[in-house]
Amino acid sequence: MRLSETQRLVTGKAAPLGNFGRLVRKLNVDGPLLGGLLLICGFGLVVLYSAVGEDSRLLFNQIIRLSVAITGMFIIAQMSPDFLRRWTPWGYLAGLVLLVLVLTTGEVGQGARRWLDLGIRFQPSEIMKLAVPMMAAWYLHDRAIPPKAGQLLVLAVVIIIPTILIARQPDLGTALLIAVSGIIVVVLAGLSIRLMLGLAVLSVPGAFVLWNFMQEYQKQRVLTLLDPDSDPLGAGYNIIQSKIAIGSGGLFGKGWTNGSQAHLEYLPERDTDFIFAVMGEELGLLGVLALLALYVFVIGRGLYIAVQAHDTYSRLLAGSISLTFFVYIFVNTAMVTGLVPVVGIPLPLVSFGGTSMVTLMAGFGILMSIHSHRKLLPH
Amino acid sequence: MDLLSPIKDHHSERRLFIARVILASTIAFILLGIVVARLVQLQVFEYEVFTAQSQGNRVRIEPVPPIRGLIFDRKGRVLAENLPAYQLELIPEQVADIDDTLQRLARLGLIEAADIPAFKELSASGPRFKPVALNFRLSEEQIANFAIQRPRFPGVDLQPRLVRHYKDGELVAHAVGYVGALSKRDLERLDASHYAGTAHTGKTGVESSFEGDLHGDVGVRHVISNALGRRIPTDSREMADSLPADETALPGMNIYLSLDLDLQRIATQALEGRRGAVVALDPWTGEILALVSAPSFDPNLFAVGMSTQQFADLQEDPDRPLFNRAIRGAYPPGSTIKPMLALAALETGATNLTRKTFCRGFFMLPNTTHRYRDWKPEGHGEMNIHDALAQSCDVYFYEISGDIGIDRMHYYLDQFGLGRPTGVDIGGEHNGLVPSREWKRNAFRDPADQRWYNGETVIASIGQGYMLATPLQLASAAGALATRGVRYEPHLVAAIEDPLSINDQRQLISPTRLDDVAIENTGNWDTVIGAMNAVMQDVRGTAWGVGGNAPYRMAGKSGTAQVFSVAQEEEYDEEEIEERLRDHALFISFAPLDNPSIAVAVIVENGSSGSRVAGPIARAIMDAYLGYGDDAS
Repeated sequence: MRLSETQRLVTGKAAPLGNFGRLVRKLNVDGPLLGGLLLICGFGLVVLYSAVGEDSRLLFNQIIRLSVAITGMFIIAQMSPDFLRRWTPWGYLAGLVLLVLVLTTGEVGQGARRWLDLGIRFQPSEIMKLAVPMMAAWYLHDRAIPPKAGQLLVLAVVIIIPTILIARQPDLGTALLIAVSGIIVVVLAGLSIRLMLGLAVLSVPGAFVLWNFMQEYQKQRVLTLLDPDSDPLGAGYNIIQSKIAIGSGGLFGKGWTNGSQAHLEYLPERDTDFIFAVMGEELGLLGVLALLALYVFVIGRGLYIAVQAHDTYSRLLAGSISLTFFVYIFVNTAMVTGLVPVVGIPLPLVSFGGTSMVTLMAGFGILMSIHSHRKLLPH
Repeated sequence: MDLLSPIKDHHSERRLFIARVILASTIAFILLGIVVARLVQLQVFEYEVFTAQSQGNRVRIEPVPPIRGLIFDRKGRVLAENLPAYQLELIPEQVADIDDTLQRLARLGLIEAADIPAFKELSASGPRFKPVALNFRLSEEQIANFAIQRPRFPGVDLQPRLVRHYKDGELVAHAVGYVGALSKRDLERLDASHYAGTAHTGKTGVESSFEGDLHGDVGVRHVISNALGRRIPTDSREMADSLPADETALPGMNIYLSLDLDLQRIATQALEGRRGAVVALDPWTGEILALVSAPSFDPNLFAVGMSTQQFADLQEDPDRPLFNRAIRGAYPPGSTIKPMLALAALETGATNLTRKTFCRGFFMLPNTTHRYRDWKPEGHGEMNIHDALAQSCDVYFYEISGDIGIDRMHYYLDQFGLGRPTGVDIGGEHNGLVPSREWKRNAFRDPADQRWYNGETVIASIGQGYMLATPLQLASAAGALATRGVRYEPHLVAAIEDPLSINDQRQLISPTRLDDVAIENTGNWDTVIGAMNAVMQDVRGTAWGVGGNAPYRMAGKSGTAQVFSVAQEEEYDEEEIEERLRDHALFISFAPLDNPSIAVAVIVENGSSGSRVAGPIARAIMDAYLGYGDDAS
């Protein structure tokens, strides 16, 4: 089957294997994927340095986090998919327990309970970002696909329980993304198109129900998106300033560290959720497209790994991880350019902050493990 | 594992998976395409719009206040200027321990310890980078004190600014006026955009009436600022390149007054310790040469700012230093109006040069018993119009008052400008009052009060009763006597100068000529002026003691006005009451007699005697102006 130009590009077959390449193979590392990720991280650090106001201390901080995350990726790459699969239900259950713990004893920060302190402070929802698609793939592994109605119900429960727990923190953005990562598994497993369309139609009244369940600040975010100028100094401020930053960057940008929106503090959250706007302002359309191309390369490579995978679990998991990565990128860029409401989703591998990066890299570690532990086809 | 589930078909499963990956990829590409399209829209098609908005964001327009015009006297001596003063400022973000810093500043005497809580609140309320002013004007000693200690006060600094300074403030306070902090009410009447960045505006005197000339034009400076309003130094960033051009502020006009600082000083010294006013003017132009109201005050207090206590002290001072007696003080003119009434009597035929009256010290209207007393109880004896003026015989004027009649008195006094504003170029003058039948009809409610009585005409003939005049009106009237009826609008501003003009040209203010006093028989002027000369330079004249020894010829008329405001002064002790019950002393004069160049009016409240108290002050002013003063040699 002919996939696309991208697929051929991401297979990396053209690249000759040097000594380094062989070492990479031995470490169960996927060269093209690692290369793409490192390029994104490098690019990200350059932009971040400007976004944090040329503060090398903060940049160093980020490099440390990045190193931890990449180390984590290498470690996970050593674990075989079978091993991961066997431990999946336990990981999922542990995640659920921790989520319940968060809701009962978690630390409050910025009006929400998201953090748990078990020696190290972390957000259990991060575990679920991987545990949910893993659990869904685990459930489908031994079963014939496409899944039947009863199985779909089980899958729905697997996905919905952590989603609700996280939404209660409240952290609607993460909850939705986790639900999406689980749904992607089900879709990739062959959920009937007709059913999907039916659900899509049903989602319209569902949206109304959801609206009623939303917190006031979440409703405000949606309203602000529809008309940012209605409240230019309040909730709409972020979107207005972000659009000004990106728009005034033009084709070539104002030059690295010369973004007036970013450096004169007009742009809020410029080193975290809105770092894409800094890039748009300083490096212009060309710089932004370069980053998007790197992302596409990494996602393409991930999907290639998924297609090449030898068992259902690996295939579904790899596909979900790659496509969820895309969803992150889409939601963040669409938010920063004013296409979707402001949800607290950082730009993966570029935004300042460590927790999500570790999870992301762990996911890529799984991809590498899947690719390097391929066995001969069982037929 | 469910035994009933179909056996897994890996091939078809993989095909299904690939199909789904293709589907997902397609959707992903479409979504990505939307984002890219959005980026193209923002960064290519709407680039100009957002560039403009980004520019508007970072560039802040700051007003540059213009430098206020200077005020000089007629000889070019500066009366109002702008001097740098230093204020003490604290920048909260640069101070580690604000409380400790403030305590130490208080110990150095740079701020009041009582103000510390207020300063702490101020420091905490605004943006951290915005300076908080701790002391608006440091004394030389405080500056020196702080300069030594400066390294111990990071984040505290001296900030220069221009402060209006009145060098001889007390001498000219009532003419020049003062500037004070711009208030909300000022901004309602002024163009607010024009005053962006200006902290002070003229409140009284020339400072107020010529505000439009003195203020200048506000300039515009473009600065780069961040979202919080903090200024970013433009030299440090490439962003400064495309800043719009600044507009420089245009300084205000310099103003030259007709006032003579020497005369101001002489008048002020002469009135030392008294309440009163002196106005001197050039009768041929209306230029005011001296305008003094005593006691005076230091206008610098208003320019710099004073404590509530200081302001209360000024306002509650029983001598009312803030009250401009020269233009706002309305006094009974007393005998100073006799020359004008003599003219009226001669013109109307109420008297002539030969009519004589025997003064026995009092006058009675026919069929009444009320005695209208002369100031000289034993009487002046036989009097003609010349003697009656020279010796200020009240009885003579009582006698002819009925023949002139109140309405004709009003007609002539009005021509001399009494009873209406002089039109002087500073605000707040009192209209004065010259009564008439018509005036009385309109002024009172009760029909009984609206009637004019003959007795009221009698006392009006010696400037008592309802009649009121300001020192400026009397000076202007004295000027009209000096010029034999030619009148000019009195004014303080002689010339206006654009400080930026290349050849230093002053725009002279041309005098405004008013209607002449209509006297048909010019010989009547000779009679009256001759008698006014006799007042001062004839041994029998009431002011012989003032003008008898003068090396030049002059004319004058004294006046002594009864004080009616007894009841209001009851809060003062007995000695004080006594002092404030004394008559007001008035004097008008002009000189030289044949070609007058100065006319003077003097009022000394409770001065008792016009000729003995007010007269010498007028003489001193004329001496100085004509070059016979102590300084002239």
